[in-house]
Amino acid sequence: MEIENLNNKYLDILKELGNIGAGNAITALATMLNQKIDMKIPKVKIMDFTQLQEIFGLPETIIAGIYFNLEGSINGNILFSLDIESAAFLVEYLMGVKVNNKFDEMAKSALQEIGNIMAGSYISSLSTLTSLSMKISPPAICIDMAGAILSVPAIKFGELSDKILFIETQFSEGNKQIQGDFFLIPDIDSFNLILDSLGVE
Amino acid sequence: MEDFNNIRVGMADAKVIKYPGKLHTIGLGSCVGIALYDVDTKISGLAHIMLPFSSITVHNTNKFKFADTGIEMLINMMEEIGAKRKKIVSKIAGGAQMFSSKVNLDIMNIGNRNVVATKEVLNEFNIPLISEDTGGNYGRTIEFNSNDGKMFIKTIGHGIKFI
Repeated sequence: MEIENLNNKYLDILKELGNIGAGNAITALATMLNQKIDMKIPKVKIMDFTQLQEIFGLPETIIAGIYFNLEGSINGNILFSLDIESAAFLVEYLMGVKVNNKFDEMAKSALQEIGNIMAGSYISSLSTLTSLSMKISPPAICIDMAGAILSVPAIKFGELSDKILFIETQFSEGNKQIQGDFFLIPDIDSFNLILDSLGVE
Repeated sequence: MEDFNNIRVGMADAKVIKYPGKLHTIGLGSCVGIALYDVDTKISGLAHIMLPFSSITVHNTNKFKFADTGIEMLINMMEEIGAKRKKIVSKIAGGAQMFSSKVNLDIMNIGNRNVVATKEVLNEFNIPLISEDTGGNYGRTIEFNSNDGKMFIKTIGHGIKFI
């Protein structure tokens, strides 16, 4: 199936998958923080690489990105991104360490672990739902320009297509101390496999 | 904001200009920005490639995605508006390893592979590489100025420079 030809039925199913997966990931985060976190309805996006760099507004916006390879029956990657203030808040709140815009190794490890818990929850719920085996690599982290960070999953996808397809879920805490995005970017064959496993024709 | 004399080049894209003017690309991570410059006419081109060689995949309709086909296309585009191949020189930037992790993921070395491929292709086309700012673990925004052939490089936390 060509990704340009995905009709609304398929898109709705992928959105629902995002809803369940991200719902679990965000519940995990809410539990860690003992705070209520809201999530938006997931969006399924098919984008040119050029547009991708502008997801966060300006491509030079600084974000924290936590990246995972997705392996098993399903291949692709996961990117969990936080704006820089949210990343600092999480490290300070969970570790009791002041960040002051300087993320040392310990702060980065803390963020990786938070991402790991969330991505693990996301994947385990999708795995249960689809009966497909999925596992994530250990986390990798980068704090830099949004455009440069997003180019990494784009490059991975670029080996297969000229467009990138992903499920994005935005979330935020009520008083906006935390705002982030969760991207699930399976490769094209994996999308078809997911749809098959759910009995979609 | 799109400045008439400062043309934006997106990911997997390339643009050429006649003198005067500038070309820029924002947020280069593991990708490589390749500026080509005809020293006589000042005709300039900038490509933003993502992957080394078009032969690695059958999904290669966008020629600007790859170092080999991207550079070839850029040279052709410059020649079409009057550049002479023998007068073309190059400057490159990017090819970072953005993510770090305790384990080795295959995304880690794509930046380096892009830089190596870019140099190989430039060499094949006999285009001298004047200067470069590659590697590291941070993103770059670059701007190439056709007036003086200088490339301006901006980073987050790693300063600014001209090459």
